[in-house]
Amino acid sequence: MHQFLQQLFSGLAAGAIYASLALALVMIYRATELVNFAQGEMAMFSTYIAWTLVNAGLPFWAAFVITLVVSFLGGVAIERVLIRPVENAPVLAAVVVTIGLGLIFNSLAGWIYTYTLQDFPSPFPDRPLLGALITSQDLGVIAVTLVMLLLLFTFFRFTKTGLAMRAAAQNPHSARLCGIPVGRMLAIGWGLAATIGATAGIMVAPVLFLDPNMMGGVLLYAFAGALLGGISSPIGALVGGLIVGVTENLVGTYLIPTQLKLTVALVLIILVLVLKPNGLFGTAVVRRV
Amino acid sequence: MAPILELQGVKAFYGQSEVLHGIDVAVEEGGMTVLLGANGAGKTTTLRAICGMVRTEGEIRLAGEGLRRRTTEQIAALGVAHVPEGRGTFIGLTVEENLRLGSYTLKARPEAGMERMYGYFPILAERRRQQAGALSGGEQQMLAIARALMMEPRLLVLDEPSFGLAPRIVEFIFTIVDRIRREERVSVLLVEQNASLALELADHAYLIETGYVVTSGSAKALADDPQIRRSYLGY
Repeated sequence: MHQFLQQLFSGLAAGAIYASLALALVMIYRATELVNFAQGEMAMFSTYIAWTLVNAGLPFWAAFVITLVVSFLGGVAIERVLIRPVENAPVLAAVVVTIGLGLIFNSLAGWIYTYTLQDFPSPFPDRPLLGALITSQDLGVIAVTLVMLLLLFTFFRFTKTGLAMRAAAQNPHSARLCGIPVGRMLAIGWGLAATIGATAGIMVAPVLFLDPNMMGGVLLYAFAGALLGGISSPIGALVGGLIVGVTENLVGTYLIPTQLKLTVALVLIILVLVLKPNGLFGTAVVRRV
Repeated sequence: MAPILELQGVKAFYGQSEVLHGIDVAVEEGGMTVLLGANGAGKTTTLRAICGMVRTEGEIRLAGEGLRRRTTEQIAALGVAHVPEGRGTFIGLTVEENLRLGSYTLKARPEAGMERMYGYFPILAERRRQQAGALSGGEQQMLAIARALMMEPRLLVLDEPSFGLAPRIVEFIFTIVDRIRREERVSVLLVEQNASLALELADHAYLIETGYVVTSGSAKALADDPQIRRSYLGY
């Protein structure tokens, strides 16, 4: 029982990270119907920025905040420079751009920082809590994710720009007729997605160690989470991400060797696509012709 | 009175093909102008040309200010509120959120405007927390018009507000639009298939066929024109 609860909590912590990245994927998907395959590598690169700042002597949380700001601006710049030119191109063109972008970030990180594993500092003390049921690292990750989600929810629900972004994602033509600069909203969306990804990267790095391929597996779990939740639902991304995290941990503990854990993500993706293509919270897209 | 909106020699293009061949249209300040014509004549394209949604040539001016080189969102900010074909409501958002979005270009808070709109359309007040997609067709049309008015426009552009609605609802909507035009001092440009109702309320009318303005004049003159009576009014 004790082991089960331990695995459950560490699954929730991992799931919170998958959920964050899944949310970043869903945000961009909703706005542009584009799956951003570079989301993981963008997060990895952000994490290297944070690592550089910490090594330069900045306190962890200062480095964290600066990294989020830089990631936001980077996300905006990527939308403006790389995504906008393919906005009206077939979706495959845009997908290829994001795949290319992912490769570029991966190579860039390898070139600047080498492919050696690096220690990444954790802001949370390494202490077991609640009779060793949960580590303070896991609890910290869950708390940071919750705070981030709360901020995002507040932004989208209660601010004028948040509402305008939802409108622009839903119906760009009507949004323009309301005077909403849709292009700027998309850029902000990419910025926010990059910021969410950066948070996920920084939270996972102390566990996984930092290297340019760090986010490959995480992105796969995030995809599984996003698909499980229904690729167009933010709530679905959260629930899906958490389910994937917990499943992965429990299955890895009780059923299969840890080395095969990533298979869980692939099996989940296939099962969702075959049995329930709209996911748990997604709505079927009906196109009238 | 000076026209609030002027189109001079406006051509419009979808890709390479020219669909408006140099039309002249004017909307008087505070007036209601209607564009009549068969399906595919170019009425909707004319409205899209005004809002910068198609490629155009010629002159389009709002109160003397050129609109042609501006983006759709800039034109909206200048005071052109366009209710497009199919209404263009945000069906996944609530009634209240739709109205809030209407006031996006304004600095002022939207509450006063929302209350005014609920005064014109009490049913929207009842449904303010509901998703716009759950509204009936008539209610969605009312929401679309209310949303457009939230930006306190100088020109309200309506594309077939009667489309798919029961006659009783259509009459209600037209009566309200006429009242709003007077009370909010907004000029209206209307595309409408229901020619008899439109000519009753409008002061000017244009008949568009295959991308040309073929007849124009006071709404009364067009309503009395025997050819228009036969083709568009059916009596």
